[in-house]
Amino acid sequence: MHTDGHENAIEVTDLRRVYGGGFEAVRGITFSVARGEVFALLGTNGAGKTSTVELLEGLAAPAGGRVRVLGHDPHRERAAVRPRTGVMLQEGGFPAELTVAETARMWAGCTSHARPRDEVLDLVGLTSKAGVRVKQLSGGERRRLDLALALLGDPEVLFLDEPTTGLDAEGRRDTWELVRGLRDAGTTVLLTTHYLEEAEDLADRLAILHEGRIAASGTPAEVTAGRPSRMSFELPEGYFLGDLPPLADLGVCGHESDGRVVRLRTRELQRTATAVLAWAERTGVELRALDVRSASLEEAFLGIARAEEATA
Amino acid sequence: MSSLAPRPLTPSLRRLRALARAELTLLGRNRGVVSTALLAPLALPFSVRPALDQLDLEKQGISVGAAMFTASVGFAFLFAVYSALVNAYVARREELVLKRLRTGELTDTEILAGTALPALALGLAQALVLGVGCAVLLHAGAPRAPYLTLLGLVSGLVLSAALAALTASVTRTVESGQVTGLPLVFVSMTGSGIMFPTEVMPEKLASVCELLPLSPAIRLVRAGWTGHMSAHEALGALATALAWTVLAVFAVRRWFRWEPRR
Repeated sequence: MHTDGHENAIEVTDLRRVYGGGFEAVRGITFSVARGEVFALLGTNGAGKTSTVELLEGLAAPAGGRVRVLGHDPHRERAAVRPRTGVMLQEGGFPAELTVAETARMWAGCTSHARPRDEVLDLVGLTSKAGVRVKQLSGGERRRLDLALALLGDPEVLFLDEPTTGLDAEGRRDTWELVRGLRDAGTTVLLTTHYLEEAEDLADRLAILHEGRIAASGTPAEVTAGRPSRMSFELPEGYFLGDLPPLADLGVCGHESDGRVVRLRTRELQRTATAVLAWAERTGVELRALDVRSASLEEAFLGIARAEEATA
Repeated sequence: MSSLAPRPLTPSLRRLRALARAELTLLGRNRGVVSTALLAPLALPFSVRPALDQLDLEKQGISVGAAMFTASVGFAFLFAVYSALVNAYVARREELVLKRLRTGELTDTEILAGTALPALALGLAQALVLGVGCAVLLHAGAPRAPYLTLLGLVSGLVLSAALAALTASVTRTVESGQVTGLPLVFVSMTGSGIMFPTEVMPEKLASVCELLPLSPAIRLVRAGWTGHMSAHEALGALATALAWTVLAVFAVRRWFRWEPRR
């Protein structure tokens, strides 16, 4: 299948991007995406996600560093890369006065070995909107049209910049399903998102961007490893944090208490939870609003933001 | 490379056709641009007729029919092509269409050319219709050197499109395009021999005006009709037109903006 023998579909080395005004949006990032992998770039608004993706798409030349997509420079060797990539920009970019079908026809005419137009419109559930002008589509429908066009050329590498922003819950689930299907078919997908559960659910590996740098990267498990799990509950009237057994004995590594609401952080979730529940059973106490959760990307994400604030 | 036969890629012409077809659809749906593009070249030359009547054109060997044909072609350059394309390039950029197109297989040149094709075709069609109209209705007779008229038409159309892309580079919104496009429209109408032939100007002024961007194309169009142009003059006009086109293309490659300013 692979015609040029490159292990990695995307290779990024010490990449930098500086805008006209001197603002350094991307400050030296390095990562690679293997063929067939789904890779997520996570970050808050302004972290440098779109600035990075645009360099990978070849829309601009980097201020420093190197990008290779399928072994080629996507900016200088456009003709070699574009027939093999699909791009979904953060914002549409379709003439408002064309219909969905006309837009797809135009894009198909500009795409090598394009799939049948009806097939991709069906894939994203836009068949019934084929005759509707782009300006009359909802935000979510426009995102789906964008996705359809990105898939039109059956790309080996797909760039999705915030593919589910503006979609309702159902549309989001459909898009996730579609991305999983593409991965199963061997497509390499690089997506940006600020939805943590999206990255956790879809990505084989991810990188968290913060102020133009990679703050953490790896598989979701690797990124969350070392982050504490959390347990929280509300004690009944007359009980306080001090009534619990000594926290250190429960494996707790951090705690907060706000009146009767108790929040515990632990690296041994099972031990902590078992001990707390056993204590409640023993003393006949009912714990309200009981919530037990493993270390999550959210924890990692907030941890990174907190660490930055602390050093600031 | 593997032994697998490479799948054939989309040829440039197919991409151009797809883009031009979409752009033609959009042109047809923009009533404001269509009416300006269609009506201005048809109506304006008749408004310059009284002025033409006062000039002693016969002494210059120019018939009223030839002068009006020239004026119409000039208006086609300025309105059907130049103004319409400033509008189209800026509108597509602000809608992020140009950015989107650049993520695909189209080259930058194909994007600008494909967007320009419908307007160029419209300008050419107008010139042909007007030419026949002037020949028949104003008894201007057939052009004596049609190849010069054709050369003038082609060089004028291409340069108008290139200048439109250049004007779009310095235009932020569709609305401001009506202002940024004015200098070229005004200078060309008065100085390039569209409203009145440069021959009626004082000699020094005329020789400066002959160097304006659209002057050579207009001179060629008219000379094709009158037959009054030596090979030497024709080559000079072509060289000037070519120099402007090269300059405009260079400037567009250097300064054209593909995305809105943030």
